[in-house]
Amino acid sequence: MMAATRPAPMAFWQSLGPFHRIVVALSLALVALAVLAPWAAPFAPTDQSLMSRFKPPYGFDGAKDGFFLGTDELGRDLLSRCIWGLRLTLSLAFLGTAVGLLIGATLGLLAGVTGGWTEAAIMAAVDMQIAIPFTLVALFLLSMLGTSTLVMVLVLGIAGWEQYARIIGAETRRLMAMPFVEAARAAGATPARIAGVHLLPNLVSPIVVQMTLSFSNIILLESSLSFLGLGVQPPTATLGAMVGVGRDYMPNAPWIVLAPSLLILSVTFVVQVLGDLARDRADVRLRRR
Amino acid sequence: MIRLIFSTALRMAVSFFLIVTLVFLATRLSGNPLDSIGAQGLTQEDRVLLTRYYGLDKGFLDQYLAFLAAFTDGQFGLSFIERRPVAQMVAERLWPSAQLLLTSIAVTLLLAIPMGIVAALWRDRWPGHLVMGLAFLGYAVPNFVLATLLMLVFAYWLNWLPVVGNGTPAHFIMPTAVLAAGLIAALSRFTRNAMLDVLGQDYIRTARAKGLPERVVILKHGLRNAGITILSVVGLQIAGLAASGSVVVEAIFSWPGIGDLLVGAAIRRDYPVLQFGVVVVSVAVLAISALTDLAYAWADPRLRRRAGGMSR
Repeated sequence: MMAATRPAPMAFWQSLGPFHRIVVALSLALVALAVLAPWAAPFAPTDQSLMSRFKPPYGFDGAKDGFFLGTDELGRDLLSRCIWGLRLTLSLAFLGTAVGLLIGATLGLLAGVTGGWTEAAIMAAVDMQIAIPFTLVALFLLSMLGTSTLVMVLVLGIAGWEQYARIIGAETRRLMAMPFVEAARAAGATPARIAGVHLLPNLVSPIVVQMTLSFSNIILLESSLSFLGLGVQPPTATLGAMVGVGRDYMPNAPWIVLAPSLLILSVTFVVQVLGDLARDRADVRLRRR
Repeated sequence: MIRLIFSTALRMAVSFFLIVTLVFLATRLSGNPLDSIGAQGLTQEDRVLLTRYYGLDKGFLDQYLAFLAAFTDGQFGLSFIERRPVAQMVAERLWPSAQLLLTSIAVTLLLAIPMGIVAALWRDRWPGHLVMGLAFLGYAVPNFVLATLLMLVFAYWLNWLPVVGNGTPAHFIMPTAVLAAGLIAALSRFTRNAMLDVLGQDYIRTARAKGLPERVVILKHGLRNAGITILSVVGLQIAGLAASGSVVVEAIFSWPGIGDLLVGAAIRRDYPVLQFGVVVVSVAVLAISALTDLAYAWADPRLRRRAGGMSR
């Protein structure tokens, strides 16, 4: 271990160029906005006022005081809805990632540790999942099981599990051949203990990279499905759903669709940059090894 | 080679069977599929009819067999909503979908491969950075956001293009652009990386040392070899991306293709249509990836010889 003169986050920050610093700061700001939504949003996202429908944002003719980004078709404050929408979008994406990781890590470890038929079956399932376009599976499942938050989280989890299973399976197989695992096995450790104590800590870095990479896919999937009207149902709205509904008013009130669109753009942009950054860092570490 | 074709066909058959079975299990997970659309008002008569048609009054195994039978009678079941054979509904949608897909793939090939080559040749100069930046945007901008923004600017503000529907060449522009954007992002990256790998090889140095013109070195020695690598990735990746992408794009632009049909069926819970559509598209994607596997084996002399050696 090197002398820990700086805490890890500071060292990470100082290793970044100006562009990545801006992106990291932006990502923290977005997360903070989502977490603090109840305090950051000026209104409740469902507060309607039929007297102030279709008010444009500040700076345009007819803007109304207090509604910075204007109002939507039911007179709800667009800024507040964007902030709450961001919160819901990010929460669903985090939960979906967690579910995918849970399924994928369990199956990947199982495949890597046991080998043989179990491994063959799990890897066949992985190949199958890679081959079928998942948007279709998602349409099918959401239509079948209904559009609740729980179902959405499950669908998002199923969307990404195979990447974790594949990577963890391969990495586990590599680690199983290492002397320290052999030593543990010789000392009488059970397979579960080997998986939990000896393998899992060594899998943290590939898992983190994969999580960052697949996070943007999950956000894209969730917002596309919500956009098509198959996401969490109104009045709760994710950003994708706001764009989908706002499209009906596009000719006369384009801000209803523009505000959430631009917010989604910045979220996917930031997430994609962070994913690339994580992968590059991991590659460097692998090359050094 | 024959052996390879045979094993590919066998794998396809197994995958098809698995997909049909999974679709069946998922349908039955939610209980009687007729209950979920009760709100849309099935008459008692229809209910009895459909129940008998799908064998819903029988045991699990019989239901499964009835489900398989629905796939072999040429109609693939009746739509809950439109009350006509699913095969007929899907058939009407095939040509528009194919038109959109073929146009998008043509545009993708025309743009992405030159872009990838340029990005590889001038990797650390501005053309390389430009291409990679565009590819990055193609990944980061969700297709429905791109579609919405294009629609807002070109259809509503500038009035240059029709908003939705199909029919005239002008209708193709926005859906093709949106669908191709994602595909170009993927393919130009693949092409660049494959070209970079190939250009570092010894035989490229030999070709240059022989004094061949750079054009021949890059197109004949470089691209031909990179093409094999690209082909191996592209089949599955591009087919999957195009399938997922066209679902969203068709729904946004009300393009009367299979994607639009499936989104409508999902929202209205028209299970027979949805089931069949999922199976058809999955099988199409599997078939395309199997075909590229074969094309890959055929295009690579090393693999061709090995496949021949095995059958000897």
